[in-house]
Amino acid sequence: MQDSPTVPNAAGRFGDFGGRYVPETLNPALDQLANEYAQAREDLGFHDHLNDLLQHYVGRPSPLYHAKRLSAECGGAQIFLKREDLNHTGAHKINNTLGQALLTQRMGKTRVIAETGAGQHGVATATACAHFGLPCVVYMGEEDIRRQAPNVYSMKLLGAEVRSVTSGSRTLRDAINEAMRDWMASVKDTHYILGSVVGPHPFPMIVRDFQSVIGRETIEQSNRQFQALPDVVVACVGGGSNAAGMFYPFIESSDVELIGVEAGGRSDQSGDHASPLTYGKPGVLHGSYSYVMQDEDGQTCDVHSISAGLDYPGVGPEHSYWKATERVRYDCCRDQDALQGFDALAKTEGILAAIETSHAVWVAMQIAKERPKEQRVVVCLSGRGDKDTAEIARLRGEDGSSGNGT
Amino acid sequence: MSAVDDLFAQLKARGEKAFIPFITAGDPSLETTSRVLRSLVSQGAHMCEVGIPYSDPIADGPVIQASYTRVLKDGIRLEQILQMLRETTPSLKAPVLTMVSHAIVYRRGMVDYVEAAKEAGVAGLIVPDLPVEESGELQTICRSADMSLIQLITPNTPPARTEQIIAATSGFIYYVSVVGITGERQSLPDELVKNVELLRAKTSLPICIGFGISTPEHIRMLAPVADGMIVGSAIVKRLSKASRSDSQDDSKALEEVEAYAKTLTSALASC
Repeated sequence: MQDSPTVPNAAGRFGDFGGRYVPETLNPALDQLANEYAQAREDLGFHDHLNDLLQHYVGRPSPLYHAKRLSAECGGAQIFLKREDLNHTGAHKINNTLGQALLTQRMGKTRVIAETGAGQHGVATATACAHFGLPCVVYMGEEDIRRQAPNVYSMKLLGAEVRSVTSGSRTLRDAINEAMRDWMASVKDTHYILGSVVGPHPFPMIVRDFQSVIGRETIEQSNRQFQALPDVVVACVGGGSNAAGMFYPFIESSDVELIGVEAGGRSDQSGDHASPLTYGKPGVLHGSYSYVMQDEDGQTCDVHSISAGLDYPGVGPEHSYWKATERVRYDCCRDQDALQGFDALAKTEGILAAIETSHAVWVAMQIAKERPKEQRVVVCLSGRGDKDTAEIARLRGEDGSSGNGT
Repeated sequence: MSAVDDLFAQLKARGEKAFIPFITAGDPSLETTSRVLRSLVSQGAHMCEVGIPYSDPIADGPVIQASYTRVLKDGIRLEQILQMLRETTPSLKAPVLTMVSHAIVYRRGMVDYVEAAKEAGVAGLIVPDLPVEESGELQTICRSADMSLIQLITPNTPPARTEQIIAATSGFIYYVSVVGITGERQSLPDELVKNVELLRAKTSLPICIGFGISTPEHIRMLAPVADGMIVGSAIVKRLSKASRSDSQDDSKALEEVEAYAKTLTSALASC
């Protein structure tokens, strides 16, 4: 957060992208949040409190781990993993929820709401709220509740109320709609802890800043461990928070290739993937102007991904900006390939990655194969895969009573 | 001057207040929407607001959301809605507004949307997710097309912002009665009348009130302070009972809407 960003500008624009397209009711709350955040970033006490939590509660810094067996299997460049999966709650999401929970307290708000897709942000929000003693409601699509059951129960154990969203596609996008509707009526005493670099200004900036600890640590660890910056940095992109946090501190280091990996789903047909940067167009969704999967009338398209966390038709406006300025290259990875990335990491390194993260792992493996052994590819290992094992078993027909070799 | 300005000038001269029903375009069918518009105007509606269905309406409660979902599921496209309006508005003795998400306006192209709406006989736009800071370009386009761009003010809009919104509004101010989403409410906030009076002191624009209004009591409470009252979910709910295939069922729902509108217009007439 020490970085003074050139983007966004005061109107929340990253180049053409971003802005604030929300009903009037939410504008005063967004102004209040922007003001509070501007004060907090200048307040050493705020930084001290957050850094203390990140160190002693989350367990930061997270390691930068040289995945030697995975690298050897690929036979090319060296793969390093930024182990956000080792954070408390098992993903990068906690970096943001603790920061926003502190802002909630500063604003004197007494209730928190959140949306979640894979449930990682929901768990991280429920955790931060338990830590600070704030009541918490998490909106989650019915379809995601089914495929991420372990996280749903964790949220309940942490004292949060999980509200099932049955409108629309019953996934992350609808959970955001429902959280926004709650906020429309509760804005006076409630803060909405948005979990990604999406939504109206100032959310994309705030979430990026709180997640930038990932990239800052990676730079420091790279310098210490191999006396250089990585050649390539890879991260998966749904809304894009782990990628934004990883990439942002590298933006000025133009020698470092940055690659964002979207969910390629089943095919490149509309409805079969969740890759707006690859296949979509700029448009308005959930309060900001960014790449989105829409039809010709501006209706949001249904999207598909094997991973609940990437199953989203939009993307953070800063990613659209990085695409437009060609600073970051965006690629996508199919469902089946992500599963191969998952397996390879599990078997060569003993690490179960989240299925979202596995998209980045697979693309990093393909890049490593084509590069010389001296090069280094860092993957943001954004989350752990325990939540996905039941769903993977189901997809492979290995659930139920037939036994699966345990 | 748009048809909206003309309407309020006439109403003011007669000392009357506007009844402004909202219906969702295409629910249960475009043909029915056209019939309902004509019927509402014959029951005394002074202006009609037509909701353009959108996949992600965050300001709307369950009733309007569900109506949008039904229409989109039927595959009804923006072009068909504009065609229906083009055929309906010439015989309608009341201006029509479209309530439309900026996602739709932007995708169509702002100039293109305003031109197409104008050509379909639309007199004004309400774009609920386009706050005043983002609305400059659309304001300019609307102004040159004599199209009103109605902006919303809510009970939590700070005073300085209120001034800014008033300066950017044409047609009328849409005052949102509650901090929340659309939908019928048993009672309206106690401070609503006072809030509207305070707003009145700041602007000569007509002020219409929407969100939550559904009963003759609400109309009687607000008519003394407002220039118009917008009723949405209560009508959309009645229309939702109409079958999408059975025209007899359709007529029954239509009769129910007519009867309901009549209770509101008679409440208004008695004020």
